Amino acid sequence: MRIAVCIKQVPDTEARLRLGKDGRWLDEEDLPFVINESDEYALEEGLALAEKTGGEVVVFSLGPARVKDALRKALALGASKAVHLNDEAFANGDAQATARALHAAISRDSFDLVLTGSQSDDVGYAATGSVLAGHLGWPHAWLVMGVEVEEGGEALKVIREMESGMNEIVRLPLPAVLEIQAGINHPRYASLKGIMKAKRKPQEQLTAADLGLDASSVGAAGSRLEILSVAFPESGAGAQIIEGTPEQAAKSLVEKLQKEARVL
Amino acid sequence: MAKKIWVVLQQKDGKLHRMSREAIVAGQRLAHATGGSVEAVVLGSGVAEAASEAASFELEAVWKADHEALGTYTPGAYISALAAAVSSAKPDFVLFPHTYQSVDYFPRLAHQLEAGLLPEVTEMDASTGELQFKRPVLGGKMTATVRVKGEGMVLLSVQSGAFSVDDAVAGSCEVRDLDLAGTPITADRVLLGVEEVGGDQVDLSKAEVVVAVGRGVGGADKMASVEELAELLGAEIGASRPVIDNGWLPRDRQIGSSGQTVAPKLYLAIGISGAIQHLVGMKASSVVVAINKDPGAPIFTVADYGVVGDLHEILPALNEAIREARA
Repeated sequence: MRIAVCIKQVPDTEARLRLGKDGRWLDEEDLPFVINESDEYALEEGLALAEKTGGEVVVFSLGPARVKDALRKALALGASKAVHLNDEAFANGDAQATARALHAAISRDSFDLVLTGSQSDDVGYAATGSVLAGHLGWPHAWLVMGVEVEEGGEALKVIREMESGMNEIVRLPLPAVLEIQAGINHPRYASLKGIMKAKRKPQEQLTAADLGLDASSVGAAGSRLEILSVAFPESGAGAQIIEGTPEQAAKSLVEKLQKEARVL
Repeated sequence: MAKKIWVVLQQKDGKLHRMSREAIVAGQRLAHATGGSVEAVVLGSGVAEAASEAASFELEAVWKADHEALGTYTPGAYISALAAAVSSAKPDFVLFPHTYQSVDYFPRLAHQLEAGLLPEVTEMDASTGELQFKRPVLGGKMTATVRVKGEGMVLLSVQSGAFSVDDAVAGSCEVRDLDLAGTPITADRVLLGVEEVGGDQVDLSKAEVVVAVGRGVGGADKMASVEELAELLGAEIGASRPVIDNGWLPRDRQIGSSGQTVAPKLYLAIGISGAIQHLVGMKASSVVVAINKDPGAPIFTVADYGVVGDLHEILPALNEAIREARA
């Protein structure tokens, strides 16, 4: 199978987050970026399926120059080619604008399967893959926890996560789009050999013009959704913070749980 | 201008999903803010009971799409039925509960309808003269205020717990049949079965005390003080999703939207940042204690007591303090 995997580079949410000057997003100076968690699982699933079926993975990512690190990592892990949608015009798009650009890039090639993560850890729209499937006219499934190619190679058996600890098992004809949930597999680590080989693998850069897209149809200009501001949760709304050394805090907490909350 | 609002309700076995009722409340709130009116839609096969439950809220009407081909959910079937109905009724807003089912199909429906797409709304505000919405970003560590630009319909989903069913306005309205004659309803996948995750489930819902661990614990080999705390308190051990995904605890220990829902007397969140998917599974707990190194972690907004610091220093001290208090 020829598989396209879409990955996104997102801020490491474990890092200390600071508000940007205009209050519209984070201050990205010195902010560490990583491959979005569910996208790492999507990439692993793609690589494993390509190995099993004798195919290959082409990895796509939309974003500024820093995205090269994410693509290089994907190549080191085993993707055979990287496509970087790199144009100022693509920036700050909503799920629909981003899916439009990705569709234009993906449809220049021919694939049996497109994989994305189920949700980005930054804006978290959980929608780009589904909209992409709409553009392609292919069936899709969101929140995928298992993939098996059926005999004959014309359909997939897919496990989808549902609420309350249940999964549903569905059959989808190929070609299809699957939005992979974190935890589906165990992502591999890059080997030294993989890292060396990655340097010789093809990397393509695409702008909106390369894709025949009008700059007004992608990125912020092509989006209905606009982020006006972001804010941390109001402090003081919630927990009574217990101060002191670990010993003092622990003692004070136990006292409060006994005398105030009466749960110990 | 008065807005026309539709709320698409999710039902199962004739009963409305809890979040469907919350979406009705969101619809009523949006109607109030815009001087608009709300209608609800129920899809499925044999949904008369769910439709009449919906009709007990203050709504303009409840539309019922009772059709054999909608008996089993597939994105294709739901999108074909809803695209036809929405195209002819032309509401300004279509609201969905932000369930795993809705999120599977409504973005694609928005694409097909060329409508705006606004997932996971937690608040709505019209006080500035322009409709603004709030939604979580960065795993719930921050909240974004957003607006929808341009003209035309908007499809949005309503996050769990953001609107309380207690605020619902009761009423009585007519249930009408949605005319689906002439609308081909086409399934795009086949449901082969449903399975319980993890087989023998540990039932965490009965626990009086839950000690829940998150990514911050750092590894399966770093659980000793957590286990000791659970033993001291007679607690069940639960976990947030990353712990399960990393294989540090089995999947039947997961608390949150894709795991179990708990409501113990005491809930200790250890190294859990508090993504909304986790919070929906534990926020009915009576007393919540959060221990986390990040003072900005959203878990502190739902906790009663918080300790900011290294859990591997705090837990041994806490275990010691409990032993002392009992001595």
